[in-house]
Amino acid sequence: MELAQLSLYDQAVLLFAAAILFTSFIMLAQARIVPMIHTFAWQGALLAVTTALVAYVTEHPHLYISAGMTFLLKALLIPWMLHRLAVRLKIHREMEILSYPSMTLLAGAALVVFSYYVAIPIVQLSALLTRNTIAISIAVVLLGMLLMIVRNKAISQVIGFMSIENGLFYSAVVSTYGMPMVVELGIAFDVLVAAILFGVFFFQMRDSIDSLDVDRLNRLKEADESVLRSPEKLP
Amino acid sequence: MNTVALEFNLGWLMAFIQMLLFVVMAPLLLGWIKRVKCHMQNRAAPSVLQPYRDLAKLLRKQTVIADRASWIFRSTPYIVFGTTVLTAAIVPLVALDLPTAAIADVIVLVGFFALARFFTALAGMDIGTAFGGMGSSREMMIGALAEPVMLMAVFTLAMSASTTNLSEAVTYTLESGLVLRSSFIFAALGLMMVAVAEAGRVPVDNPATHLELTMVHEAMILEYSGRHLALIEWAGFLKLMIYMVLISNIFFPWGIATELTAEALAIGVAAIAAKLALLGVVLVVWETVMAKMRLFRVPQFLGFAFLLSLLGMLTRVVLETGG
Repeated sequence: MELAQLSLYDQAVLLFAAAILFTSFIMLAQARIVPMIHTFAWQGALLAVTTALVAYVTEHPHLYISAGMTFLLKALLIPWMLHRLAVRLKIHREMEILSYPSMTLLAGAALVVFSYYVAIPIVQLSALLTRNTIAISIAVVLLGMLLMIVRNKAISQVIGFMSIENGLFYSAVVSTYGMPMVVELGIAFDVLVAAILFGVFFFQMRDSIDSLDVDRLNRLKEADESVLRSPEKLP
Repeated sequence: MNTVALEFNLGWLMAFIQMLLFVVMAPLLLGWIKRVKCHMQNRAAPSVLQPYRDLAKLLRKQTVIADRASWIFRSTPYIVFGTTVLTAAIVPLVALDLPTAAIADVIVLVGFFALARFFTALAGMDIGTAFGGMGSSREMMIGALAEPVMLMAVFTLAMSASTTNLSEAVTYTLESGLVLRSSFIFAALGLMMVAVAEAGRVPVDNPATHLELTMVHEAMILEYSGRHLALIEWAGFLKLMIYMVLISNIFFPWGIATELTAEALAIGVAAIAAKLALLGVVLVVWETVMAKMRLFRVPQFLGFAFLLSLLGMLTRVVLETGG
């Protein structure tokens, strides 16, 4: 199937798939909090546009509802909440220190290759128009996981988590033309509730350890103190 | 038999004229860019012909060469200018399917640029001044990072068109019409970033400065004067024009002449002039918005360019092949 033989709408679906993948990479490379939230919002908007396009191309009108919901939740509401949280926690001007930025990006590229390899058998079985984008959706999920792994700040990890959810939703849209409405609604509200809970959790975390760096959660307070006290105990 | 010979000669003649057009028009393009930039920054703008005047002035002036200079220093301007003109000969500017296009492909083009860079770096170190060596080392660092990006972008194109020949690749894009290729978009963006780095434009290098801390290309050619400097600067103008023509003709080839008739050629000239003028404005906007980067951030910049071309290649493989 040559790309030039597809209609312009089908080509647009593929183009937006590439754009979604690109936003995932931008999030991986972005060290500042607020631009990262904006990129996440862009990913949500692109996801909504792709869903609407798939709805148009494959004539599945119920996907329009999903597209609208995605746009409202993932492009507007959740980014707005995250942005407000960042401002209230006074971390919106902070820059995270990325360890090995170029290695991370290369690892991301390797993940894309891996998901392509994993998706080949599915692609060969499928006759869907959007089958080539299945690999991209798996890659978005894996890139979200990579984002969670390489970052220390809790808010970046939350964005990584949300982008995993974006990838899952996207894979549902392109591989089966959407999940049942009940499931979709359930997941959407789960994500919304998660976003609210994360907000509460951030404040708790900042109150108790004075930082949003999750690496500090590894250390036990008492253990630290005993290390500090130990020289005195020595005879 | 006679007509075949005539066509053959016409092709070579056209190729020669096209190459001349490249060489003659390159300073004009730079003059245009400078003028638009001045207008953009609310400064009094020089005439678009100013680069010609500068070149004429340099060509008239006496050439001073350090007494420690070896043949490398003396021959480098000619090598750099020669290879850049040869590169210009294989890039389709106005017309496609010229005989020069069959001689070399795009990998040779990258090789020519590498050759010119190699000799400039050698000449920078030849005199033994501190600036020259510093500039050479910086230029080689940028070059080592920029070359893979360029090759990757070119390979993305070559995979789609199944050829590394520039003329054939442009024909392929022309024939397939308007196709939304994500790989081409990524490759174009990657190539633009490389062009900015390689031509020594603003976020990576500033062609208008002689500040010791920041200069890269200027540091290497600091010891040149007179006609040597004129040739090197002219080669620099040409290099920028080659990159801009590459970007506009590979990714937006519409309007380029596919046959050697007067009408098609006229349209071809008008089209490339319009495309270059527009691309020049894009470059100016980009340079006005961006600030000059610290040298140690350049690897990050080019790393992002590499990611873009890599994504171009990946989306080409993942999305645009038939299952």
